[in-house]
Amino acid sequence: MIPVEHVLGLSAILFLIGTVGALTRRNIIVLLMCIELMLNAASLAFVGFNRLWPVKEAGATVSALNGQVFVLMVIVVATAEVAVGLGIVISLFRNRDSMNVEDVSLLKW
Amino acid sequence: MTIEVALFYVFALVAVLGALGLLLNFRNLVAGAICLVATMVSLGAIYVLLGAYFLAAVQIMVYAGAIVVVFLFVIMLLNIRTDVFTPSQQLLFKIFGILIAGFVLFQFLTAIAGGLPAFPTTPDGFGGYRDIAGALFARGDAREGTQVVGDFILPFEIASLLLLAAIVGSVVLAKRRLE
Repeated sequence: MIPVEHVLGLSAILFLIGTVGALTRRNIIVLLMCIELMLNAASLAFVGFNRLWPVKEAGATVSALNGQVFVLMVIVVATAEVAVGLGIVISLFRNRDSMNVEDVSLLKW
Repeated sequence: MTIEVALFYVFALVAVLGALGLLLNFRNLVAGAICLVATMVSLGAIYVLLGAYFLAAVQIMVYAGAIVVVFLFVIMLLNIRTDVFTPSQQLLFKIFGILIAGFVLFQFLTAIAGGLPAFPTTPDGFGGYRDIAGALFARGDAREGTQVVGDFILPFEIASLLLLAAIVGSVVLAKRRLE
């Protein structure tokens, strides 16, 4: 039995590595990859907690699958985000010829 | 320590090392993407250890197989190899980001170490190596499928709408030429 606290600890560490990457790196593609990492860490926490919610089914105790369905939705959202995000990155590179987020400050006050 | 727990720590170490490789690799974006693949695959293995077989398959197919490959396509298509930025901003961002991240990590870890409420726990699905294939096709999939199209029919439909919007959006972004 893997302790749930350790799963959550791994999830927190991965999430924070992703946060540091999103806050410190200036390359748009690395930023997107770090956001993917953060989404994955959150999914891991969902799967860890999912095990803690047992239901009775045909006499046997099995875990409910609600957390896993949540993770499935997270994966769908991540896929859509990557498709649109990389489209934006490509058209940005065409127009600005740069990968630096500092060069994209039109909406910054 | 059982084999499951030992394997969990091994894969957790690989996942953290892959994430650090992505974070600290300033020279080569392709190597960063490969590090991300290592993290995704070990997360998939951890899902197996936690009894989420279907999610493990989806994780490896969608993340390692599709998302990171699209990232690699874009990196190679645009032919960018190095991270470029100005040094003064770099230092400020680094200090700021690491401070915030350290604070939040401290909060997370103290909250986790403070203990969770007592749930009744269910046994892991990883009952010995030989049973993985049987469990993959017998138990998890059918139940997950029933739940996705049963209890979660509304989020499921919304997800399909979201994917449609993403398809249309990326086609529009790819076709339009801005002046």
